[in-house]
Amino acid sequence: MSDSAQLIPEVQYATLEQQGDTAQLGMWVFLVNETIFFGALIFTYFLYRTTYPHEFEVAAKDAVLWCGSVNFALLLTSSLTMVLAVNAAAQDERPRRMIIWLVATAALGCAFLVVKGYEYYLDYQDKVVPVAHYEVKPGEGSAGELFWVFYWVGTGLHAIHLTIGIGLVLYMLLWRIRRGEIGPAYYAPLEVVGIYWSFVDTVWLFLFPSIYLVGRS
Amino acid sequence: MTTTTTFEEGPAVEPHTFLEPSYLTSENTLSSWLFTRDHKRIALMFFASITVFFFVGGGAATLMRMNLATPHGLLQPSLYNRMFTMHGIIMVWFFLIPSIPTTFGNFFIPMMIGARDLAFPRVNLLSWYVFNLSGFIVLYSLIMGGADTGWTFYTPLSTVYADGYVFAAAMAVFINGFSSIMTALNFVVTIHRLRAPGMTWTRLPLFVWGIYAVSVVMLTATPVLAMDTFLLAVERFIGIGLFDPRHGGDPLLWQHMFWFYSHPAVYIMILPAMGVVSEIIPCYARRPVFGYTGMTIALMAIAILSFFVWAHHMFVAGISVYSGVAFSLLTFFVAVPSAIKVFNWTVSLHKGRISFDAPMLYALGFVLLFTLGGITGLMLATLAIDVDVHGTYFVIAHFHYIMVGATVSAFFGALHYWWPKMTGRLYPEMWARFAAILTYVGFNLTFFPQFVLGYLGMPRRSYTYPPEWQSWNLLSSAGASILAVAYLLPLFYLGWSLFWGRKAGANPWGATGLEWITPSPPTKHNFERTPVVTLGPYSYDPDEDSFITQEGVRHVR
Ligand code: HEM
Ligand SMILES: [Cu+2]
Repeated sequence: MSDSAQLIPEVQYATLEQQGDTAQLGMWVFLVNETIFFGALIFTYFLYRTTYPHEFEVAAKDAVLWCGSVNFALLLTSSLTMVLAVNAAAQDERPRRMIIWLVATAALGCAFLVVKGYEYYLDYQDKVVPVAHYEVKPGEGSAGELFWVFYWVGTGLHAIHLTIGIGLVLYMLLWRIRRGEIGPAYYAPLEVVGIYWSFVDTVWLFLFPSIYLVGRS
Repeated sequence: MTTTTTFEEGPAVEPHTFLEPSYLTSENTLSSWLFTRDHKRIALMFFASITVFFFVGGGAATLMRMNLATPHGLLQPSLYNRMFTMHGIIMVWFFLIPSIPTTFGNFFIPMMIGARDLAFPRVNLLSWYVFNLSGFIVLYSLIMGGADTGWTFYTPLSTVYADGYVFAAAMAVFINGFSSIMTALNFVVTIHRLRAPGMTWTRLPLFVWGIYAVSVVMLTATPVLAMDTFLLAVERFIGIGLFDPRHGGDPLLWQHMFWFYSHPAVYIMILPAMGVVSEIIPCYARRPVFGYTGMTIALMAIAILSFFVWAHHMFVAGISVYSGVAFSLLTFFVAVPSAIKVFNWTVSLHKGRISFDAPMLYALGFVLLFTLGGITGLMLATLAIDVDVHGTYFVIAHFHYIMVGATVSAFFGALHYWWPKMTGRLYPEMWARFAAILTYVGFNLTFFPQFVLGYLGMPRRSYTYPPEWQSWNLLSSAGASILAVAYLLPLFYLGWSLFWGRKAGANPWGATGLEWITPSPPTKHNFERTPVVTLGPYSYDPDEDSFITQEGVRHVR
């Protein structure tokens, strides 16, 4: 498949292996940074949650649990298909299997966004959009609205990250793989996208229980 | 130590490498610059961008000092508020934080570790574009009328009461952070993965260590600011948010998150400067730096400790006395590694063969001003003193001694030190020494009176003051005009030297680092062959006036 002319490392690297290793390290370092970014949000969330335990609990009851749960399952599955894609890239000379798994991954990601969009629609109907369309529910006081600020900021930022992830998968499919640049000899770019994808998944792993599960019994 | 050459005669680089065109002339189209992946070109592009911001920020400062020359001022109070705010925002995020890393770091980190480029050249270029995007937004905010919250954006002033372009300014800071992060990530990965054979961690020049330390701080602190400004922008935009007391939000949370970033950020501004000075002093004292290991440990200690002192900015903001005491103590701890560094630089002069060339003058100025800034920092860290002088000109003087006196001096020191390597030309030495001394004089004249004013009780961020303080203020304004000349001068003589300066050899100062074994200016990919490192940095011998490059070639001057 890939002819060897394309498999020359960039000028600053001695070998392709070094280039692939470095790309991975770069992604890990970036994720440290991302972890702190989301960490700061989740930290402040729990800070407020402990300050206003009752108000937040009441407000959180209006979050649409089934949407969050379906999305949880979708994303976990997509991480699996992602890993299978990387695995296929490492083993198969022919890209067929890798492409199938990647398409599945992107599709699952899109399905997440569709469900999320539908949930936002339900949220709107439920009048939990701060300022724009909000109705104070009994028992949540004025701090309840803060819960929803967290909700929109957290899920919104997560959705943006996921969209970027889908974009990266499409870039792999439509550009790198079509040009035959990903194969057993060199698949670091796909691995890097995979690491990022798992991270976005992990963020949901934290957001989901924080938003939908805590205090719901 | 295999070969010995006489410095003046022996070429440090094999002659044929000179035949290859330099990175400046290898391609000449505009797009070869705008789409370049060459870290050296990107460094120059950053240099151009931050120079613009330095003078924009300087313009705001000029207006402020003109205003303060008389007790009743000359600007409208609201304009004065906008001026100090935009001055702070631009100087901190658009000049000082990127200053040394994006220019000299970009240019010299790969060269000093023997690499042909940074690990991710496209990310490096993207960082420049993102930086300029944020720059346009901040200029937009400025031109539309600016923000008036102070560079610290304290809530609820910034969220509820301020009526300037706070949203744009906060977004500019937010986006600017991406550029910081991209550049820092590139450095960390490059230093980990692209060192030449033999370039072990204990052989890294201290400048590389300084950039490494600062990159770690940038990577861990900037995301907190990003989240903080993002939440601020959201609150400003929709009108309710997490810092809003009307909904049970806590305005102090903003300050905690802001200083959790911004105290480390003050070290983001000083660590690279420490690295620069650790290069310059051994080279002009012709002896190894004293306590190399201690220097590296101190750099990393500062980087780590800087995360545990943020609340010393909030002693009077309503935090409890107990946390006040704890943060006061922790702040004292940061001073220990800082003092170790000052001690080591000073000892590095001992029995050296010192020459007072311009870079050295700037470096010595750095050490003196940093010491003064650090000592007054300790005074501020003392709870009882801070309660008294918090929010006065004492604080202004303290941080200007460090950020301007020290860091900007180091920036100019680096500029002169590496100028021949970057441009292939020597700068006029006498002019440069004159500018260095003028900087020192102008700086002290500007900011020393502010210690006095602060001690007398003059509040910061005020457009007016009682007439009895005018003489100190006048002194300060007069000093500022001298400082302005000292900062403008290099623009002229360095610009002149680009065309008419003497051609520089590969290693005009007789320095040991790998960057000096390449031709001046370097070729596109720096090194013809990957260098093999056999020695640590700074193998200078003052007695014989010889030095050994990191490749192990001994030269006698
Ligand atoms: C020996 C190390 C240092 C100590 C002990 C120290 C201590 C302090 C303290 C206690 C304050 C708070 C004063 C107040 O607001 O009442 C302060 C303010 C400040 N320091 Fe330092 N500092 C040190 C080094 C630095 C460095 C290296 C920089 C910059 C490169 C710096 C920049 C600042 C700035 C910008 C502020 C004021 C911020 C504002 O309120 O706008 N300091 N310092
Ligand atoms: Cu501080």
